[in-house]
Amino acid sequence: MIQTIAFYLFATLVIASGALTVFARNPVHSVLWLILAFFNAAGLMILLGAEFIAMLLIIVYVGAVAVLFLFVVMMLDVDFAELRAGFVRYLPLGALLAIVLAVEIVFAIGAWSAGAINMGARIAPVASDVSNTQAIGQLLYTRYIFLFEAAGIILLVAMVGAIVLTHRKRGGVKPQDIGHQVRRRPEDATRLTRPESGQGVEL
Amino acid sequence: MIAHLFKSFFLVEFVKAHWLTLKYFFKPKATINYPYEKNPLSPRFRGEHALRRYPNGEERCIACKLCEAVCPAQAITIEAEPRDDGSRRTTRYDIDMTKCIYCGFCQEACPVDAIVEGPNFEYSTETREELIYDKGKLLENGDKWERAIAANLAADAPYR
Amino acid sequence: MTAWFASWGLTYEAAWLVATIVGILAIALPLMLAVAMIIYADRKIWAAIALRRGPNVVGPFGLLQSFADGLKVFLQETIIPSGANRGLFLIAPIITFTVALMAWAVIPFQAGVVLANINVGLLYILAISSLGVYGVVISGWASNSKYPFFSALRAAAQMISYEVSIGFILISVVLYAGSFNLSVITLAQKGNILGIFSANGLNPLLFPISVMFLISSMAETARAPFDLTEAESELVAGYQTEYSSMSFALFWLGEYANVILMCALNAILFWGGWLPPVDWAPLYAVPGIIWLFAKILLFFFIFSWVKATVPRYRYDQLMRLGWKVFLPISLFWVCLVSGWLMLTRYS
Repeated sequence: MIQTIAFYLFATLVIASGALTVFARNPVHSVLWLILAFFNAAGLMILLGAEFIAMLLIIVYVGAVAVLFLFVVMMLDVDFAELRAGFVRYLPLGALLAIVLAVEIVFAIGAWSAGAINMGARIAPVASDVSNTQAIGQLLYTRYIFLFEAAGIILLVAMVGAIVLTHRKRGGVKPQDIGHQVRRRPEDATRLTRPESGQGVEL
Repeated sequence: MIAHLFKSFFLVEFVKAHWLTLKYFFKPKATINYPYEKNPLSPRFRGEHALRRYPNGEERCIACKLCEAVCPAQAITIEAEPRDDGSRRTTRYDIDMTKCIYCGFCQEACPVDAIVEGPNFEYSTETREELIYDKGKLLENGDKWERAIAANLAADAPYR
Repeated sequence: MTAWFASWGLTYEAAWLVATIVGILAIALPLMLAVAMIIYADRKIWAAIALRRGPNVVGPFGLLQSFADGLKVFLQETIIPSGANRGLFLIAPIITFTVALMAWAVIPFQAGVVLANINVGLLYILAISSLGVYGVVISGWASNSKYPFFSALRAAAQMISYEVSIGFILISVVLYAGSFNLSVITLAQKGNILGIFSANGLNPLLFPISVMFLISSMAETARAPFDLTEAESELVAGYQTEYSSMSFALFWLGEYANVILMCALNAILFWGGWLPPVDWAPLYAVPGIIWLFAKILLFFFIFSWVKATVPRYRYDQLMRLGWKVFLPISLFWVCLVSGWLMLTRYS
């Protein structure tokens, strides 16, 4: 009973906020609707019994990716007239994308009604008393360890690449070296003298 | 270099700073317990204004308007008429306390010690209107604070 | 508790609903009271270190100061700037407040006393605390004002930066305890130091990251010395600048509820949660919730103490600390802890 209510609640909210993401005039509102969609998708994951995936969805997508989206989108200077001006020009491309998506959905439903692929026979079966966090860990770090590490290395390379592309050293500037400043001790910088009267101090 | 790395990695400076502030935590307070304890005030303290009376109940102010003329903030407004007995008195004596800068020129200018700045400094109000004092309010202040004001004036008299 | 309500003749679902609502109230209402008292304590501690007295007029020793402030704020007029995005402007403080309360669902107060004993409790906390930034970001943007907007940008960058290292620190603890469940993490600490003390933080391997977690949790809750989002000398009041009345109060309540939550997390993850610090039978006579509260208060004292001692960081220093110091060290520590566990526990 409560599962059914929860499912329809989450599902309706996902679809509604997904639609509003597309239709919202203001890009910031779009991002916020997208976040709501992510959040409700996480709710659906919990209903599937995949609480680990649900939490990761929130931590990674809502907590990090969407914040960065919002960060960028907030700083846009949005001109609504200009936004609408391009509508006709991009209409063919948009229509094409919509048709492709519709065809994919039809294919998916067709394949589904023809009978599901028997996934149970392909993956290592997991004992039912193991929580899904452990199950994911066991699969990820045994059977899929190479794929997992390859993904990690690809991401690392991407990160290094992004840093290399954006990081540049400008010449002729005098940046602050905090370590240097902190390392300076009173003994290095000051000298206590006790000059005779009328003698003065030699610098 | 190594010593510095050691120091910053083990947060030596932070621990020292926190030890110092912890010692201060247990030190006696430097401030007084204000609404229950108050600092002594000088006899020359310039606080809330008051209009004084003579011991026989006659108000001192003779409407010479010296205070109005000297007030640098133009906070004082005076209107005067001869009274029925022929003496010159104010019909209106307003001080806009929101304008007043508490310079004390009014009490310096007053030839009869009528307008004085008393020792009271706790007269905050909830509305702005309450801070525009009229003659009644000022006379009432004078009656309320007369003893303290008289004592202050007497204490300050030798230096004038 | 569900069983107890079911014994009144309710159906299981109705009993569950009632039990959950009662549980939520039983956490939220004392929490609000605790927030009021902790704001007072914060001001008192801060004042004492500055050799001042702090609030001393309302009630005995000024104990009712927070309630007086609350009453004042309730009676204020709610001002919404004409250029603000009305809906989001009003939603933002509600998000901050709700998120601050939500995280308490998985905090174990005593053996078995927890609203939702889910097996990914720590991940849930991480997820909820990552939501906290939206209140700040949305309020900053919706205010349509320069300083709140700067504050929003700062908050977004700051929270993302520190969540990364907090994540790694938590992973080390999870590796050690072998579970994401906060109750299991607490119980795993029972007598784990020489069979005497119950605290992860006394373990030489985990002590450094317990200090790092303390510092990161200050950054995560935007407390001094990392309160760049509301640096009054630069940004007026940061994201709260345009707020007044109840919406302002909700920000405050949410902020301090978050601070208490972080203190509780410090206590649970590294210092034994509801367990007495020494694993000695007579100490178990004291209810666990008292031990937890004592630890929370200790950590709150440390938070206030730091606030009164350390000057505010500059923004680039904050970022440097997060990305160039904490991230490498915590990453290294995950390797160290997992390597140590492989050598000793799983080999």
